[in-house]
Amino acid sequence: MGTQRKGAIVGYAEWPTVRRYDGPRRFMLEQWMDLAAEALADAGLVLEDVDGLVCGTLREANMFVPATVVEYLGQPVKFAEFVDLGGATGTGMLWRAAAAIELGLCDVVLCALPGLPIPSNPDPRDRPPPEARWLGSTSNAWGSPQAEFEVPFGNVAQNAGYAMIAAHYEARFGSCERARAQITAQQRASAALNPLASFYEKPVTIDEVLASSMIAEPLRLLEIVMPCAGGAAVVLASPEKAKKSPHRPVQITGYGESLTIKTPTFAEDLAVTPVAAAAATAFARAGTTPAAMDLLALYDCYTITVLLTLEDAGFCPKGAGAAFLAERNLAFDGDFPVNTHGGQLGVGQPGLAGGLLQPIEAARQLMGRAGPRQVRDVNRALVTGTGGVMSEQVALILEGA
Amino acid sequence: MTETLHAPLAPKMTPTSAPFWAALGEGQVVLQQCDDCEAWVFYPRPRCPRCLSAALAWKPASGRATLTTWTHCPRPTAPPFAGLAPQTLAVVTLEEGVRMSTFLLETTGRTLELGMALAPRFVPTEDGTATLLAFAPA
Repeated sequence: MGTQRKGAIVGYAEWPTVRRYDGPRRFMLEQWMDLAAEALADAGLVLEDVDGLVCGTLREANMFVPATVVEYLGQPVKFAEFVDLGGATGTGMLWRAAAAIELGLCDVVLCALPGLPIPSNPDPRDRPPPEARWLGSTSNAWGSPQAEFEVPFGNVAQNAGYAMIAAHYEARFGSCERARAQITAQQRASAALNPLASFYEKPVTIDEVLASSMIAEPLRLLEIVMPCAGGAAVVLASPEKAKKSPHRPVQITGYGESLTIKTPTFAEDLAVTPVAAAAATAFARAGTTPAAMDLLALYDCYTITVLLTLEDAGFCPKGAGAAFLAERNLAFDGDFPVNTHGGQLGVGQPGLAGGLLQPIEAARQLMGRAGPRQVRDVNRALVTGTGGVMSEQVALILEGA
Repeated sequence: MTETLHAPLAPKMTPTSAPFWAALGEGQVVLQQCDDCEAWVFYPRPRCPRCLSAALAWKPASGRATLTTWTHCPRPTAPPFAGLAPQTLAVVTLEEGVRMSTFLLETTGRTLELGMALAPRFVPTEDGTATLLAFAPA
């Protein structure tokens, strides 16, 4: 079905990810417009080329988000999607855009996730409740199972859930403490060369990661993403429109998605993540295998996410992740490059936009635009996204055309 | 036993789950079971999440459980839990096979093991509106 008409990434915009943002504050709609302008310019396309749009949550509208963005941009579209997959939103947006292009619904799709602070609201009645700060991905709305059966026990936000996944894994397969610290340290080695990263020129050693403070056993501070400000956008195009881009088109040849639970309390097996199904679907659709990947860009909200993703996506057997990592170097100049931008552990997490940084880095590498951290001979990459607490995952196969 | 401990946040109960909370208030654990496929159901729902049958009945459960995973948190997981730090959060598997989120009492987190036997502890909330089901090593 439309296998010759692959949607390709042809341009992107990525704002610097910063811990303390002191620039001008703008509404998310305003940021959308800035990101659209930058990404289209990068792709060699103009606003009139756009006929598809994929958005995530907006602070300025809790429904009719796509129409709100379409009107604001001033550009009608033939395809619009609203994606609500937490950290997997970015990758979920990209495959929906690529699928729409494959189906012939549209030719140029804009995907953007703003992540800068918005202006502070002078009307206190219009501000989010204080508990929103500590609830994270947890819903405390009446009728939500989490409000009733998770929140009262203190199992809120993400740290405890990921810690319990890691603890369960270690109880069954042995300690992966050093392998997890290695993931942070080797990604930070790449981030040290990435001027857009909040940890630019700030590498850490494995021992420094192991010495960082314990947050929720067994997870330590430097294994957990740092909330930051930033923003990102991607432009996808049909093969005809891709010819206008100055860059090597990066086709999305495979994609898969899997949603299983909202909280890992109810995961069928706490050591197996949804990426197992998502990656199997993506590899099958692309007609390729884990061994054929030149580069990995894996969602890394926590170190344990990367380790479990490597196992479940088929790079090594379940329980063998630590041994697998011990023999490899994940840095951009290593033998097994993973998250060559530094990942979110090295760049920081600019809200939902963090889930676009992995595919953007893979595209940057496949386009040959990664500068001092360019990996040689990169033609195929696996990209993943993870939402909630291992609730939902997306896998993409990117291939240079 | 745990008379002095109170949980800071009350659950937002619903009509569907009322029998579960009412039983905990009397020191009993009850769970829904599907009359059609015999699956035990937790959390409470109007239909069975295995076969979608609406024939669910409340049945007494033993309250015994095994430890599926846990995390010892030196820092409070959220501001309302500051008074409980350090918390030991856990996921347990009840004898009937259902999982639930909870916290552990009477442990420092150092002697915990996957699959260890746990016994129920009934912990009132500070506002007196509910009793939470916590666990301790059996």
